[in-house]
This record gives sequence, C-alpha cells and structure tokens, in this order.
Amino acid sequence: MGNEVLRIEHLHKEFEGNVILEDISLTVRKGEVIVVIGPSGCGKSTLLRCVNALEDIQGGKILLDDEPVDPSSKAISRMRQKIGMVFQSYDLFPHKTILQNVTLAPEKVQKRKKAEAEREALELLERVNLADRGNDYPRQLSGGQKQRVAIVRALCMHPDILLLDEITAALDPEMVHEVLEVVVSLARSGSTMLIVTHEMGFAKAVADRVIFLDEGRIVEESSAPRDFFAMPGTERARAFLKTFDYE
Amino acid sequence: MTNLGLDVLFKGSNFLRLLGGLWVAVRISLVSVAISIALGIPAGILMTSKKKGIRVIFRIYLEIVRIMPQMVLLFIVYFGTTRVFGWDLSAEASAIIVFVFWGCAEMGDLVRGALISIPKIQYESAAALGMDQMTSFRYVILPQTIRRLIPLSINLITRMIKTTSLVMMIGIVEVLKVGQQIIEANRKASPNAAFGVFAVVLLMYFLICWPVSRLAVYLEKRWA
Repeated sequence: MGNEVLRIEHLHKEFEGNVILEDISLTVRKGEVIVVIGPSGCGKSTLLRCVNALEDIQGGKILLDDEPVDPSSKAISRMRQKIGMVFQSYDLFPHKTILQNVTLAPEKVQKRKKAEAEREALELLERVNLADRGNDYPRQLSGGQKQRVAIVRALCMHPDILLLDEITAALDPEMVHEVLEVVVSLARSGSTMLIVTHEMGFAKAVADRVIFLDEGRIVEESSAPRDFFAMPGTERARAFLKTFDYE
Repeated sequence: MTNLGLDVLFKGSNFLRLLGGLWVAVRISLVSVAISIALGIPAGILMTSKKKGIRVIFRIYLEIVRIMPQMVLLFIVYFGTTRVFGWDLSAEASAIIVFVFWGCAEMGDLVRGALISIPKIQYESAAALGMDQMTSFRYVILPQTIRRLIPLSINLITRMIKTTSLVMMIGIVEVLKVGQQIIEANRKASPNAAFGVFAVVLLMYFLICWPVSRLAVYLEKRWA
C-alpha cells in the first residue's frame, strides 16, 4: 500500500463528562477504503466529525498528510479543503442550483475559474447521471439524487480523503442502491475513503478494511472484510452482526 | 336607497385630499421601514451574539417595545421631549422615530429568528467545503436568511402602514385625519358621510396593504 493520508493517534473525545471516543488509533493510506461499523451511539459519526474538525477533541492527534487537524487553528479552512465530507441529512444549499452547489466552493474557496469549475462539475454530474439536472434546485430532486450531488460537490474540491457519514441512512430503501453504486465506483477508481454505514452488504463489497466500534473503542479491526462478516473474531461484533440477520 | 354618504367624496377636491393623506401615511411607513431594516439587520445579528449581556439588553429592548403602546411613545417623543430636552421635533420626525424604535426591535427579532432557523448542517457543510466564516456567511447563510426574512418583514410593513393611523393624534394630517376633516366640514349637508368616508379610508388601507401581503405569500411559496 502507498503512503499515509490520514493518521489518528490515541484520539480521545469527551462531551460534558461522557467519554465518546477512547484511544482511537487508525491509519488510512492512499487509495484505501475503510468502513467503520458499530451500534448506534458507538461514536462512529463523532469519529468522522472529529476528522473534519467539526468536533473538538480532548486528547490525541489527527494528522492529515502529516499536518495536524485542529478546530481552533487558523489553517482549519485550508485543511478542510483536503477533506471531503458527505452527511446523513441532505446538506445541499437550497438557494443554489445543483451546478452552483457544486461550483460554489471551487470558485469562492479555491478561486478557480468559473468556466473550468463548471466544466468539471458537469463531468462529475455526468458520472452520477445527473448532468441534465444542473439548473434544477435541490428541492426538485429525490433524496438519492441529492446525495449523489452531495458526493459530487465534495469530489469537485479534489479532496485527499472522502468522509461519508451514514449517507444512506435517511433515504428511502429504493434509493439506497443508486447512491451506494456511486461510492462503489469511486472505490474502484482508487478514491481514499472513510465510511460510516449501516449497510452491511455494501460494507462487505467496498471495504479494504473494516473497523468495528463499540462504546467509543475499536473492538475489532479486519483487513479481510469477507472473513470478518462471515466469522467475526469478537463476541461483540458477532452479536452486532447478528442483529442484521433474519432467520 | 340608503344614503351611504359617498357623495361628499366627489365634492371639490375631497378625494384628492384623501389620496394626499394616504401618501403621508405611506411615506411615514416607507421611511420608517427602510431605516428599520437598515438598523434591524445588525440588531438581529447582535441578538444571536454569543455574549449573554448583549442578548439580554436586546431582549429587554424588544419587550419594552412590545409592551408600550405606540401612542404613548408618540406622545412622549412629540410632546414630552419638547419641554424636557428642548427638542423641537416635527410631528413627522417624531412619528418616524417611534416607528423606527418599534420597527428596529421587531425587525431585529425577525432577523434573529431567520438566522437561528438556518439548520446547523448548512453551517457545517459550508465549513466542510473549506469555507471560512466570512465566505460561509456571505454565500450560504445570508442569502438563505434574507429569503426567510423578506416575507416576514413584509408583514411588518403592512402592520406599520396600519399603525400610521395613530399619528393623527400628534397632529399629522394623514388619510384618517383628512377623512375626519371632510366629515366635519359636511356635517350639515351630508350627515351620513361618516360611513362613506371611513369606508373609503378602509378600502384605501386595504388597497395598499393587500398587494403587499400577497407579495409576501408569493415570495414565501417561491422560496419555500
């Protein structure tokens, strides 16, 4: 595997006296897809939010390309440009068209030329079959379409790593697939991703490495996702995976 | 047929005088609204301040404005300040001061409401795209705030137009006062004028306020 993109060292996160994440260490290399799973409330979304400095941390270090990610630093906006993030709830800007949603940050933050940003935006929208919706507003799109736009919007910034925080959790079941397909194709084309999901079939298909989180700690980590899902090594992971089976 | 007393309106320049009075009312509210918006936006931003002291001060200001009857405020500013502070304010200036004092508080509260109604995820997704606070505020938060604000502030405008009927109490000859004068002058010749003239005055308020409030409904739908 290639060089390190993200390194988390002994991350400790508390909120009002409650420990949310404890001693999390994790390395993501270029081109790797890491899937984080675990019961709700285990801290997996918080982990992603810490990586993007949307949460402050009480201990440990988060390094992106060997530079610290620190919410209080002045460099944070520059660091975040290298981190793409897609959230669970629809986070498109409702007053902007689809195309403007995608090109806003490239133009205003990266100071790229409008024509060039639009050209790339349209290419990316084409990849998710939404090139013809560029002039529509988010409210005219389905949930699945909106999430595909949100992915494109993050990609257009050319991030070093993409964080996906339960991006299908708020979708109707029939729309989950169209969104996850996009993620699968990104994984195949070598994108570096850290993904939190409840879709186990998707996790199995896309992960280079699976991390099972419970009560704020990494309980199990596996570089062989197929084996992990077939036969998890820990009792807690086994119990968790069982909740997805109906027999 | 019942005499509705509409005939006086067509005597001399009575109808034009009424329209002139209407313009006085509209002018006072337009000027007040414009100043209220200009001051209300920074006031609203301050109302969402992280500093508790600032929030409390604005809270008290807003409560005072809401509790005090506008007419008492008009009396204080117009009659009260002349003797005590020696300010020689014109009636129209006093009216505008009172309306701005009121409008700025209400407008500020609307701005505050619009600002806090923007979901947190909008701030976060702007931040996640690498926008600093200024960029995020300018391109993401403010445009959405203004869209939410315009329909609400239009309602404030119609309320202001209606409330201008109070300013005749400090001697401003606006539409309602003109109406009264017309009725008084024709007491003998057209005793029924009170109905007709006041009805026309009502209609005039309606014709001014209705399109404005329809515009609010239209904008609310369009930007929903």
